[in-house]
Amino acid sequence: MLHTVNKSPFEHSALETCLRYARQGAAVLLIEDGVYAAARDTAVSKQVEEALKKVSIYALEADLAARGMRNRVIDGVRLVDYEGFVDLVVEHNAVQSWL
Amino acid sequence: MDEATEGGAVKRFLYVNRKAPYGTIYALESLEVVLIGAAFDQDVSLAFVGDGVYQLTKGQDTKALEVKNFSPTFRALDDYDINKIYVDADALRARGLTEADLVIPVEVVSTERMAQIMEGQDVILSF
Amino acid sequence: MKLGILVNEGPYTHQASDTAYQFAKAALAKGHEIYRVFFYHDGVNNGTRLTVPPQDDRNIVKRWSELAAEHKLDLVLCIAAAQRRGLMDKNEAKRHGKDTDNLAAGFRISGLGQLIETGIQSDRLVVFGD
Repeated sequence: MLHTVNKSPFEHSALETCLRYARQGAAVLLIEDGVYAAARDTAVSKQVEEALKKVSIYALEADLAARGMRNRVIDGVRLVDYEGFVDLVVEHNAVQSWL
Repeated sequence: MDEATEGGAVKRFLYVNRKAPYGTIYALESLEVVLIGAAFDQDVSLAFVGDGVYQLTKGQDTKALEVKNFSPTFRALDDYDINKIYVDADALRARGLTEADLVIPVEVVSTERMAQIMEGQDVILSF
Repeated sequence: MKLGILVNEGPYTHQASDTAYQFAKAALAKGHEIYRVFFYHDGVNNGTRLTVPPQDDRNIVKRWSELAAEHKLDLVLCIAAAQRRGLMDKNEAKRHGKDTDNLAAGFRISGLGQLIETGIQSDRLVVFGD
């Protein structure tokens, strides 16, 4: 299963809820304001690092770059472009958007 | 995979409701999709997570808002053969609610069980 | 692979339509088929031909129309959501006695059943919204 999260983790519980339901081996793609969760040394980065033990976490590079976060990404969070987003959708049996 | 999916004709549709009613239109328009979708004879489940559980609470009175109270419509779901309705136990508990506060009978499930239910779907419509 | 897309937000206020567009473009570039793009909730506002964004900004509506023309995309606005929000094709405008229609090129208006059908016919359905 591919989960997408498009909300800042500082304002919204979408990421937290997503990680609660994401099962071992699932993939989580951070897009739009969701990419702020990919930044290191934040109030939620420990939670993200912990989640990396259970799920793969990706962040959309275009959204990181737009927000000036491109060089602050937590080790282990993988960057994808839109084609990479498409690949993730194709590789997983279903997509759940945590809007 | 269950038999229905192997046949290719029926897909498992899950509607994930995470938003409270009235503050935004998502809950109402989501229910409209569920009702239209019922005619397609798919394998339908509804999940209520987070603030989505507020859609199901008893005692909604919207007269002063001049909008339709759509909570009674959930009672019609059974007539459409939609009876797999799952509510997250933690979401209820966090909001001081129990199953007795809801307008329809539901299956209250743990986060782990809900995660399993989500994993087994073909199409997930989240509103 | 056959992909379905659901867009639940209008243009400009929220990024959802932009992301959906970039996703669709990338999917087509990779040789996938887009079965349909369905617009629901405020997403129907992506289908008005009357938007006039500043010249230095992207034209979201036109961009969808052009992608549709180039790849024969099926762009569908939900009729119930469109009526609530004042989106009309010629027939609808006539039926409701309105003085104009405002549907952009490449879009059509149809029922919610088309969303369910998108879920059934597509290998994957991806939802973009708020």
